[in-house]
Amino acid sequence: MTLTVSLQHRFAGFALDVSFDAPPGVTVLFGRSGSGKSTVINAVAGLLRTDKGRITLDGRVVQDSATGVFLPPHRRRIGYVFQDGRLFPHLTVRQNLSYGRWFSVGESGVGFDRVVDLLGIGALLERRPGALSGGEKSRVAIGRAILANPQLLLMDEPLAALDEARKAEIMTYLERLRDELRLPILYVSHSVAEVARLATTVVVMDEGRCLTTGTAAEILADPSLAAIMGPRELGALIPARVTGREADGMTRLETATGPILLPGEIGPVGASLRVRIMAHEVILSRGRPDGLSAQNILPAVVERLQNGEGPSVMVSLKIGPDPILAQVTRRAVIELGLAPGQSVHVILKSMAVARDHIATGSVQT
Amino acid sequence: MTDWLSPDEWRAVALSLRVSFWATLVSLPFGVLAAYALARWSFWGRTALNGLVHLPLILPPVVTGYLLLLSFGRKGFFGQFLDQWFGIVLAFRWTGAVLAAAVMAFPLMVRAIRLAIEAVDQRLEQAAGTLGASRLWVFVTVTLPLILPGIIAGAILAFAKAMGEFGATITFVSNIPGQTQTLPSAIYAFLQVPGGDDQAFRLVLVAVAVAMGALILSEWVSRAVARRVAGQ
Repeated sequence: MTLTVSLQHRFAGFALDVSFDAPPGVTVLFGRSGSGKSTVINAVAGLLRTDKGRITLDGRVVQDSATGVFLPPHRRRIGYVFQDGRLFPHLTVRQNLSYGRWFSVGESGVGFDRVVDLLGIGALLERRPGALSGGEKSRVAIGRAILANPQLLLMDEPLAALDEARKAEIMTYLERLRDELRLPILYVSHSVAEVARLATTVVVMDEGRCLTTGTAAEILADPSLAAIMGPRELGALIPARVTGREADGMTRLETATGPILLPGEIGPVGASLRVRIMAHEVILSRGRPDGLSAQNILPAVVERLQNGEGPSVMVSLKIGPDPILAQVTRRAVIELGLAPGQSVHVILKSMAVARDHIATGSVQT
Repeated sequence: MTDWLSPDEWRAVALSLRVSFWATLVSLPFGVLAAYALARWSFWGRTALNGLVHLPLILPPVVTGYLLLLSFGRKGFFGQFLDQWFGIVLAFRWTGAVLAAAVMAFPLMVRAIRLAIEAVDQRLEQAAGTLGASRLWVFVTVTLPLILPGIIAGAILAFAKAMGEFGATITFVSNIPGQTQTLPSAIYAFLQVPGGDDQAFRLVLVAVAVAMGALILSEWVSRAVARRVAGQ
């Protein structure tokens, strides 16, 4: 299932001109507010008719201004999870969930019970939306969109209105959806944390244009995007597998380059994870350091140096096949004599990997 | 029970109830359509439609009644058409009283429903569209249930207005006891004859009771429906 989008639209004081392909998986439209993300997603849904544009879903043309094709939203088979949920207040949760099924009779989609189970909303079915919490509303809205049996799911910052605890909760459900239902998702976000956990592909938008497209690991480690992502958000996304627990409460993970230790109980043994390692948390050392409290010391090779903002330099390194990014001062670069091709040691402080930086599901690179 | 009103008075009360019931029922679909058109559609002649709907509210009722007589009387444009094709005669019949009451109550009904439609969150209708509902289904499954309190309020308001309609009715269908003599017409007739004050007063009490009953019922029903619609 591939979505291809090409849109041109002119508002007063704002021009949109984007083209991108969304392969299977979660494609995150990332950008600051006002960059045109929501306009794109509304156009894909058919809620906004752009001046020019062509949208195809797995070869099926849903919109083409050149031939005058414009399918209305109800004939696109594209689900939409709105930021504000938009549950029907006069219907129960069960009726809300079943709403889309009235219009897709005879099509075999994912089962009602499975979705209810996946989203953990079995206890809410007879309630009305007015009696639900924010997180519960979000989950019901997601379930309602999935049960309409769409070929593509759109999500417009579904977590933006939630507090941190609810965000973490819904994020876990979204990971399950991505990995278990294999439904392609186009996801609008301005949160790097959401990109790190959910994205397969990232489309970075700025001022109505597509700046760049890449995998989550590529985008998060791209120093040229520091201005848009935030300079303290850059880092590497490394695939890892949980191999065991230590007696002191640490979890042992296996990466392509060797074991790393992280605090706390992370996932079940055998689970595939992606670990986000922030560039500003990485320490570089020329020789193998001795007598250090940091638990993870890995040999690496410098690939590239890039001047960042102010006195900082972004150092791209490779630990085996995995890219790692370190943000160090220019002063440190001179003192260590860092240059491409040089061998160094990367030091990761275990406690610096925050809980929400560990995502379930494998990362595609 | 029946002895405190004379048969003529009973007939007037029963006729008024019947006329109001049919006037409300028949005009309701048109009221919803007109309210929806005025609230949502932009079309050529929108202002004209708005004016036409509200005209009976500002014209003297006797003028409305006379205009009805001109157009729906036996010689009138619509009256002739209805008589020839369907055998329906409105002038000086109780069905004419229904038409007069419906026309006079229409602006109130449309106003109440229109306010309800304008209060509907159109983003909910968008959401229904993305779930596969065509525009007609969106209206039936989302818009209509959400505006139900407004429709009920408009219908009860129209019913109460129809119960009290006098000027247009008496002009269009006259004041024939047992046939076109509604409650207000009967009160008026009793006040014209010496010693009719007592009879008139009894009917006034009935009119007050019906009006109060309608208001209380309207409040109660729309509060119950609003609670349901608000999702609690």
